[in-house]
Amino acid sequence: MEFSWLSDPFYQSYLLEGFINTLLLVIVSAAGGLALAITLALARLKGPRPLAWCIHGFTTVMRGTPLLVQLFFFYYGVGRLLEGIPGIQESLIWPVLRDPFFYGALTFILSVGAYSGEVIRGALISVPPGEREAGRAFGMSPTQVFFRLWLPRAIQLCLPTLTGEMILLLKSIPLVSTIAMMDLLQAANIIRDEMFLVYEPLMLIAGIYLAMTVVLTLVLRQVEQRFPGMRPTRGRRLIPGRA
Amino acid sequence: MNQVSQEGLIDWAGPIAEGALTTIEIAVLSYAIGLVLGLIGASARLSPWAPLRGLATAYSTAVRAIPELLLLILLYYAGPPALTAIANALGFAGNVTINGFVTAVGVLAFVQGAYMTEVLRGAILAIPGGQLEAANAFGFSPWARFSRIVIPGMLPNAIPGMSNLWLILIKDTALVSVIGFNELFFTIQQAADSTRAQFLFYAAAGVIYLAMTLTSTALFARLERYVRRGQPATEEA
Repeated sequence: MEFSWLSDPFYQSYLLEGFINTLLLVIVSAAGGLALAITLALARLKGPRPLAWCIHGFTTVMRGTPLLVQLFFFYYGVGRLLEGIPGIQESLIWPVLRDPFFYGALTFILSVGAYSGEVIRGALISVPPGEREAGRAFGMSPTQVFFRLWLPRAIQLCLPTLTGEMILLLKSIPLVSTIAMMDLLQAANIIRDEMFLVYEPLMLIAGIYLAMTVVLTLVLRQVEQRFPGMRPTRGRRLIPGRA
Repeated sequence: MNQVSQEGLIDWAGPIAEGALTTIEIAVLSYAIGLVLGLIGASARLSPWAPLRGLATAYSTAVRAIPELLLLILLYYAGPPALTAIANALGFAGNVTINGFVTAVGVLAFVQGAYMTEVLRGAILAIPGGQLEAANAFGFSPWARFSRIVIPGMLPNAIPGMSNLWLILIKDTALVSVIGFNELFFTIQQAADSTRAQFLFYAAAGVIYLAMTLTSTALFARLERYVRRGQPATEEA
């Protein structure tokens, strides 16, 4: 076991950059993905039929194909097509379109949107219609009913599942190392190449992920217990299973 | 350019079909091994002996907290030296080498076993205690109780979770391409790079995986109807 590289400031900066990028990607994808999920769920329930069918198709495709394939499709497939558009390389958005972070975030947002969209849709259906009618009877507009009654009640119902989805999101971040983005795994791979090490950096990263998952689980459990109207559940598993 | 990529898909159909077959082999083997690991894990987690329970809990918690890709790479590189050290300690000389297929199946089965442990444990706990007591009262041997009462009683509860795990496993096989083993997605990557028609080939990969998952979903739905035979028709949730 060779861990001398840990004290090298050069490698420390790699690891720090990888760690920050990993966190940033989780936050961006979680926020964007949940917003998309709510939109998709609502559109599928209340939108016009053809739109609902399109969303159903999108969800099926995103949930039926591997995340790695989606990542390659967007980064190498779509990215390459965009490259061919005349004039785009001189435009202002090109630095964004060239950045692997953009494609990573895009893929994860769409993926979280598809998986969590189904969860939220199921929860929205489970809210008793009487509660929404009560809101209407009190003179709330349909928008108010949605944001003050329907959505909060639905989130209350599916919160444990949603927090499980967030853990899965954290665990899929290392995939972006395959599209040359500097995440923790990529930092570990660079150290392995330069120090001629086989597995020590990977063990460090595994430890960091273990810690991050446990911390995220504890934080999300706090969120679950603080959420209005939630009763604290005892004996919940530390890391929720995949659903 | 477009012409070339059209030809490319036909030319690569053979290798892609082979890759798809390898992917299915990896998935089926890891699923079978994972199922056995899961049964062992679930029995250990439900055992009255605390150290065994602790070991099983540590296994399923640690594996489920570390990203699959990381585990795959880690075990691919750290596995052979570790096994060599164990073999040498036991008095066998020489180096242990593992090929890509065995690593892929081993790691996926190891991960699958951890999730399966949780699914089966939950399903076994959901069997009404009275049924087990009835088996005891009728003088069933432990094995007869396990095979006649626990397994059939558990399956209806376990099938939805097992179906989910199978779908996740099929999608996780794509990760094997990262350690350079020649399965479906690795073949697709080679095809995409050599024909420079990335969009086409990655879309094709998506279609193939989608076909696999949709077929599996349909098969598991039939299986669930079969194991639920004899149960009163309940609400379709």
